[in-house]
Amino acid sequence: MTASASRSFTIPRFKLPGFVAAIGGRMPQWPHALALSTALNAAIKMKLLPQDSLELLEGRRFLVDVLDTGGHACFTYRGGIFRPLFMRIDAVDLAAFDLVFSANLSAFLQLIARQEDPDTLFFNRELSIEGDTELGLVVKNMLDAIDWPKLPHLPGFASSSH
Amino acid sequence: MQPHKLPELVCPAGSLPALRAAVDHGADAVYFGYKNDTNARNFAGLNFDHKAMVEGIRYAHAKGKRVLMAINTFPQPGREADWHAAVDGAADLGADAVILADVGLLDYASRKHPQLRLHLSVQGSATSYEAVNFAQREFGVQRAVLPRVLTLAQVEQVIKNTTVEIEVFGFGSLCVMNEGRCWLSSYATGESPNTVGACSPAKFVKWEKARGQMSTRLNGILIDRYGDSEAAGYPTLCKGRFEVGGATYYALEEPTSLNVLEILPDIVKIGVAAIKVEGRQRSPTYVAQVTRTLRAALDELGRDIAHFAVKPAWQAELAKVSEGVQATLGAYNRPWR
Repeated sequence: MTASASRSFTIPRFKLPGFVAAIGGRMPQWPHALALSTALNAAIKMKLLPQDSLELLEGRRFLVDVLDTGGHACFTYRGGIFRPLFMRIDAVDLAAFDLVFSANLSAFLQLIARQEDPDTLFFNRELSIEGDTELGLVVKNMLDAIDWPKLPHLPGFASSSH
Repeated sequence: MQPHKLPELVCPAGSLPALRAAVDHGADAVYFGYKNDTNARNFAGLNFDHKAMVEGIRYAHAKGKRVLMAINTFPQPGREADWHAAVDGAADLGADAVILADVGLLDYASRKHPQLRLHLSVQGSATSYEAVNFAQREFGVQRAVLPRVLTLAQVEQVIKNTTVEIEVFGFGSLCVMNEGRCWLSSYATGESPNTVGACSPAKFVKWEKARGQMSTRLNGILIDRYGDSEAAGYPTLCKGRFEVGGATYYALEEPTSLNVLEILPDIVKIGVAAIKVEGRQRSPTYVAQVTRTLRAALDELGRDIAHFAVKPAWQAELAKVSEGVQATLGAYNRPWR
């Protein structure tokens, strides 16, 4: 199909070996939360996230759990910005969060790159959503609705059809 | 040498990126709705505000594609003005048609906006040519979307007895398909697509993970339990597994997806005017994947209907995004009557 040929870079489905999570789980987790919060705040600045959806996130606590890297990102949204939550990893309790997304790294990358649909990953049990289901839907639909500015074609990623 | 007119490919959009994905990947028309309960995909964070609609319509029209606005729920007592406002909005925005289910709203639209093209929504539940012709005679409806309960022979019977264009579903998640007449969601939660614009609203849904299994509850009712390697489905009552007569199984409907690729030539031959893709709740990625696949299939069919063969790559792409482990032809090839 011609349309599929226009994507020159595909993220494969993979699972990192067990020792990665064993090591990753012992590393400090705050850099993940800080990086994710910074990225989301940049998206707010660029007006990519709709205000009406953001208001629904006020004061809610989120956990993104990357199963095969052992990485966690805990964060909240308060007063118009995303803020990392600093907590000891052995103190991470799912019940303390309003919403928990867990998946392997490949599934998260496929989601971010819009290579796979979140419902597809959910049906295939590659993505799990726990907590407040409606809040999960708000977040999912907010990410889907992000109107990414068109990026210039980089030579390494140039479409084969051009 | 193409005696058959290709059906219009009508694709879903729950967001502006999804609308662009549909247009860019070969949809002839895109359908969308307002961010409120005037349409049957009223989910948190989904759908279009006025600004997004203006941009969506501009984008589609610039590429020669049509935009249909779904206002396919039933106006609630005392709040009719909200539904009237949605119809007025569609006319003002320059939508190419509105998709309506309620006869009162069809009446309003036909009187207030005689130039506005009317489609009868699947939620209107017109399963016979008499019902379709009634909507044409009374409100000037120009197209009807048939519920997914009809066999292909029954679809053909409707087409032969009406001048109204007929639209059928071509791909997407299946439910019990009793569109417009289903009470299951109301039974469990008090809310339904017809009243609040959502089947099994998310606020009633809980996914509970435990070691080795995941349970789905709808308003506290256990509707299914999955092993770690089992495919999951949407949390609707009709797709739950229940204990009936001592056995636990899908008592109403299995989580499954409709896929008409195999019978596409027959659909074209009987004169179907448009094929609809389900899934305004899905992401732009899904819209792109399904649209480009059906576009490729329809174009292939347009070149030579006699030698049309379904390509494995198409089936693989559609199977990947499907709900449930299988795709079916739904009622279209049901042998019994």
